[in-house]
Formats: sequence, structure tokens, C-alpha cells
Amino acid sequence: MPPSIDSILERFPNKQREDLIPMLQEIQDEFGFLSEEIINHVGAYLSISVNKIYGVATFYDNFRFGPTGRFHIRLCHGTACHVAGASTFIQELEKQLKIKSGETDKEGLFSLEVVSCVGACGLAPIIEINGEYFTQLTSEKLNDILQSFRIKDQDIYES
Amino acid sequence: MKAKSPDALKQFLINQVLLDPNRLENERLEKELSYISRERVNNPIIYVGMGTCGLIAGAGKTFKAIQEYIDDHGIDIELIKGGCIGLCSAEPIVDIQLPGKSRISFGNVKQDKVQYLLDEILNHNIPDLQTIGQYKNDISQPWEGINPIFDHSFFSGQQRVLLDNCGLIDPVSVEQYIARGGYWAFADTISSLTPKGVCQLIEESELSGRGGGGYSTGKKWANTLKTFSDQKFLVCNAVESDPGSYMNRVIIESNPHRLIEAVIIAAYAIGATKSFIFIRQEFKLAIERLEKAIENARGYGLLGHHIFDSGVNIDIIVKRGARAFVCGEETALNNSIEGKRAMPESKPPYPSEKGLWNKPTIVNNVETLFNIPLILKNGPDWFKKTGTDNSKGTKLFTLSGKVKNYGTIEVPMGTTFRDIVWKIGGGTSGKQKFKAVILGINSGNYITKKNLDNRIDYEELKSIGTSLGSGGFVVIDESTCMVDLAKYFTNFFKNESCGKCIPCREGTARLLEIMEVVTQRPGKNNHFQSLERFKGVMQLRSLANVMRDTSLCALGKSAPNAILNTLNNFKEEFDAHIFERKCPANVCRDLRVFSIDVDLCTGCTACYKKCPVDAIIGSARHPHFIVEEKCIGCGLCYDACKFNAVLIQ
Repeated sequence: MPPSIDSILERFPNKQREDLIPMLQEIQDEFGFLSEEIINHVGAYLSISVNKIYGVATFYDNFRFGPTGRFHIRLCHGTACHVAGASTFIQELEKQLKIKSGETDKEGLFSLEVVSCVGACGLAPIIEINGEYFTQLTSEKLNDILQSFRIKDQDIYES
Repeated sequence: MKAKSPDALKQFLINQVLLDPNRLENERLEKELSYISRERVNNPIIYVGMGTCGLIAGAGKTFKAIQEYIDDHGIDIELIKGGCIGLCSAEPIVDIQLPGKSRISFGNVKQDKVQYLLDEILNHNIPDLQTIGQYKNDISQPWEGINPIFDHSFFSGQQRVLLDNCGLIDPVSVEQYIARGGYWAFADTISSLTPKGVCQLIEESELSGRGGGGYSTGKKWANTLKTFSDQKFLVCNAVESDPGSYMNRVIIESNPHRLIEAVIIAAYAIGATKSFIFIRQEFKLAIERLEKAIENARGYGLLGHHIFDSGVNIDIIVKRGARAFVCGEETALNNSIEGKRAMPESKPPYPSEKGLWNKPTIVNNVETLFNIPLILKNGPDWFKKTGTDNSKGTKLFTLSGKVKNYGTIEVPMGTTFRDIVWKIGGGTSGKQKFKAVILGINSGNYITKKNLDNRIDYEELKSIGTSLGSGGFVVIDESTCMVDLAKYFTNFFKNESCGKCIPCREGTARLLEIMEVVTQRPGKNNHFQSLERFKGVMQLRSLANVMRDTSLCALGKSAPNAILNTLNNFKEEFDAHIFERKCPANVCRDLRVFSIDVDLCTGCTACYKKCPVDAIIGSARHPHFIVEEKCIGCGLCYDACKFNAVLIQ
């Protein structure tokens, strides 16, 4: 167990049920996802059964149980984005990356997540990759963006 | 005027502004405050609109470029990360105020325009860029040839009360907020009003809950105040997970201190010592600014124990939601705060009697709370002046979709839909004609052409069978397929149903199944599917009605609204899908059939190369053909053709 998990747990000295969600959020912020090992650890700390923790964690869309790709794609599928044609881009991304929403591709390069609204409806359709936003998407733009990230990854790999 | 040290400034603002009952008569004070609020400046000051929408449009890069310019030239300029004025279509927005001159606002300032803009404006020339307008007042000299900002068509139809500080101040600065009249209402309240008095004032103002319910806020508070309990809670619902509505996020990002002030007044009014602001985790910037603002307010002794020696204790805890649409429902939200799954519970008992940990809990929406400091400051009669007989005050909307000007708007209750779409929004943006307004997004309330002259008023909307909903205002035109949209909403609700009650859990799944077969072409030799389709179409309305009547919470009750509204208002589109298997707007991919116009086709083979299923045949320089049985309707050929030879039937 890495040392930092204990430092996160120590921030919740009262060990109450209400600490569970903030605790899992902080752990995920730190480690990227919730592993089985971590959930066992949290259960022991809060004296809550692991089943109950999974019951809570799987209920909310925020929690992940596997790592994301090096480039995490979040595609907005709010009403304004849908009206502007976002569903086409979901299909296109799923086809190109050969993964479904919520999955990571085999090389661990891209992972895809469809989110309900990022709140910039005027610039729809929108995708966000590792915190960088791309607005008013078109099919060509999307291809260029994916290609640029593939190249970026190669550069990192070679350097 | 000489700048004060932070400590002296703090003492001044607390003792001579917040705690001084005679501050309004003091003219000298006014001048001093105008320096603190930056209405008067000694050095140039630049605000960059850095709300989430601004940042997505590139405000971060603009900010960096301005910072570099300032560093390179060594000029004394104050650069501030501002909030959002609401006009998202002109982002990134940069405001510049030179000493003695009015503040002027430029739109679409991408990073490459920064150098030119600053070169010109610092030499008192107006650069040839998009100007939104200038802020006129008595104390500064206006720029020539620039319109006042509130004459801009986007702003002139609005009445900005809740949005008054948004985009104008440094959001996290408690000093600027106090200098503009913030926390005055709170300081007066705890020194001169009893909790009962606050509840009465709010009841008198006829403020109703803006979260969709529309129940009297004052009455709700008064009931909880009367309930005896050792502990009470105040919860601010800032979940706002309805896609397409983000005005609560905008006001939190741009003016977090008003929310803090409102929360502590509300907590005082109901006798709560602990309050929660439950906010979506995705609103990272709003959370960051809120936490910073809370820290700043705490530094001024506005939170915590024994506030201003009054014996009042109030604390605020920010809780991040972990993303579940149902958290917007108050009982579900309370469960989530307690660390459980966000499952709604049947009411009564209402949370105002038994809420968090079975203690009386008031859950108020952000927008409702934003009105509170203003009502206390200006009096209930001031609030009642705006609006209609049944609905008082103003209402925020997120205007988006196919309109020219989009963003966050605030209109008085009683404004017509036509005024919002054409006066404020500037009409439809594309070539297509206006079709409808989706109001309240996921509750699926449509305002069609025939209802455009209806006013925004709780009673009037009820009479046409809809409600205000969450405040999303998406304008759509003829290029949108209503059946596809209803399918989208149904899919959303199916994914977000918490699964506790059967009508919602099974109902949304079945509704989606039906919508999917309606928007699909029949499979080859698939007679079973035809029967299922027929059965589904027959069931649609009764299933929707059962869900609406029997679901546990508002999520299940409003899930079938989109379908019912489409059946009522756009029946011909449903008919086209069901009987003719055609999508009039050409949106439903599975129903599109493509063909090639032999006369227009030049045989360039662009479509042939793109087709993923080899449904196009033909050789170079000869017209091509599409084999209908093979075609999957993906439309790649349509996009690829440069000669408009591919037709959609």
C-alpha cells in the first residue's frame, strides 16, 4: 500500500459513514481509480463492509475501478451537444478507438467517457482530452485531434 | 487615495462599513468604497472573463498573453481573473479600465489579438476589434463612439439583479464584494432582526423556490423554525445536473460571496448552525472559487463562532457530489451527504421535518438563495415590484441552441418566450426556421410556435401543461428531429434512474426499447421485430401515463414528458417515423436512404472510397450507384460528395 493512502485516510479522523464519499473522491483524485486493495483498506478503516462500499461507489458515475488511458477523452452529450450532433461523434470515436464508453483501449492510450454536460453549450459539440477543450467539433477536426494526440504520445515515448 | 494595508482595510470594512448603521449617510465613505470596489482606479485594471465557458473558449491563453505583455513592458496594471457577464457567444471577453475613463469591454479577444489591443488602448485609442460596450457612470469619462454595454441587444431585454456583480468584480475578493454592498444585509440581519422576522420578510416578498417546485420559501423556513430540535441543517442544492442548464454554476463562479451571504442568512433564519453546499464534482472552478471565498469570508469573521459578537454560530461545509442526476432530488441529496447511495425517499415526512440524520433540514436551490440578501437589503416590496401577480422577481436561464447570442440571462417574471428568443437571443442562428424551445431540458417541456407569446409565470405555464423546470432554455430549429430528441431524453433517464422504484426502472428501459424500434429500419426477415414494434407503439402513451402517475420521485415522473410532449405537439413526426419509416429532419441515421443523382455525379470516386460497407458501385468517371440493401445510412458518402450528387430520400 503506498504511503499516501494513509495520509488521505488521516484527514478523516472521525471515521464516520458520511466521510465515505469524500474519502473515495480524494483517493480517486490521487490514484486515478479505486482498486480492490484500496477499497478493502477503506472498509477496514471505516469499519464498513466492502459490499456496502462497492454498493455506494458503483452507484455514482464518478468512480472508476480501472485505470484510464494516457489520454482521457470526455465527450459532452448534453442537450445542446446532442442537437448539434454529438451522438455521431460517440459512434465515430467508438468505431475508431474500438472501445465502448467507459473503457480504455488495449494500448492504454485512449479512454472514452461520455459525460452529461460540461456547461459550455454555446460551443457545442465539445470534447475534452486531459483538460484541453476542443469546441464546435466536426468529423475532420476530430480526426486531426486524435492524430495529434497519437503523435504526441510517440514523441513522449521516443524522448 | 492611498492604498490601505490588508489589516487596516479589514478593520475599516468591518467597523465602518458592516457594523456602522449610519454608513449610508456618509458621503466620504462612498468615495473610499468606490476605490475598493475598483469603480475608481489609480492604475489601469484589466479583467479577463474566466468562467468555465470563457476558459473553454480560450480565456486562459488570453490571460497568459496579457500577463506576458505586462511583464515585458513593466507597466503597473492590475490583472484580475473575473467572472462571466453572461454573453458566452463573445468569449473570451476582456474589460479594460483606465484611470478616469469608463470601463470598456471587448469580445472575442483571442491570445493573438492581445498585443494589438493593449498597444492601442493604453494609448487611449480604440482598437479595431469587437467592442461589446462601455460601462457608463458619473465618476468617469466615457469613450467616444462606444455604446453603453447595457444597450447591447443581449442585455437590453434583461433585468440584471442576481447577475449584477457577475463579470464585474474579482469573484473571490471579499473586499470588493463588501465595497459593493455585500454582507451589509447579513450584518444588519444579525444585529436587528430575529429569525422569525427574517422568515416573515421572506414570506412577505412572495419568493418561491426556483428549483422547479415553486413553493413559498418563507413558509418553508417558518415551518422549520417552529419545529423543535437540538440541531437543524441548511443545505444548498448546487447539483444542477440537468444538461444544458448551467446558470447556477455561472453565478457561483462569478459571485460566490453572495451565495455564502445567503446561506448564512438562511441558516440564521431557521436556527441552523451547520450548512452544506452540495455541488457537482465537475464544477471544479466553482468549487475552487467557493472554497477560496469561504476562506476569505472566514478571515473577516463572517463565518464560524460568535459572528460579530452576536452569539450566532454558522459554518459552511462544501460537499462534492459524485455524479448522479437523482442527487438533485432533496431526499436523494440528503442520503448522498450522509454517505449512502443517493436514493430518493417517499414524502412525507418532508426533509423540513426529518432530513439529514433525521433532523429538520431545509434544502434550497442556489438561485432561490441568491435572492435572499437582496430582499433583506431592499425590502420585500422592492422584490414584489418585479414580476407578475403570481410570480415575483426575476428568473435566470441558460440560453443556448440555435440562437445568435447565447449565454446566461436574467429576465423579469412575465417576459414572453418570443422576447427571449428574438430580442435577447437575436433569433435563430442557422438557415432553418424556428421549431421549438426546450424549457427545463430533461423535464422535456416544449414551447412550440403557438405558445411563444405565453409569459413566464408559474400559473400561466401550468395552464399550458408545462413548468419552469431547471432553467435550461435550448432553442431548436427544423434541423432537429423531435423523435430522436425524445429518444435522447429517454436514454438519459434510463441511465440516470436510480432503480429504486419499478415504474421508473422498468418504464424508462421499456420506453427506450420502443423508441429504438421506432427509429430503426426493420431487419431482414425479422417479423418478430415488426410485432414488437407494433406492440410498443400501442403501449407508448399508456406506459408514459403510468410512469408519470406512479413513480416515486420527480425523475420518474418527468421521464416520459418528452415522449408525451412530442406525441401531443409533433404527432406528424411520430407518424412519419412509424408509418412511413421516414425521418423528416433526416436525423435518425437508420431511417435515411441515400441515392445518387446520375446527372450530377462526376464519378470522382470520393463516396466509393469512404463507404465502409461497399454499398457503392461504379467505376471512375462514370456515375455511381448505391445498393440500398447494403447501405447502413451512415451518411459518409453524403459528407464526402463535393457535387451535391448524393441525395437523402
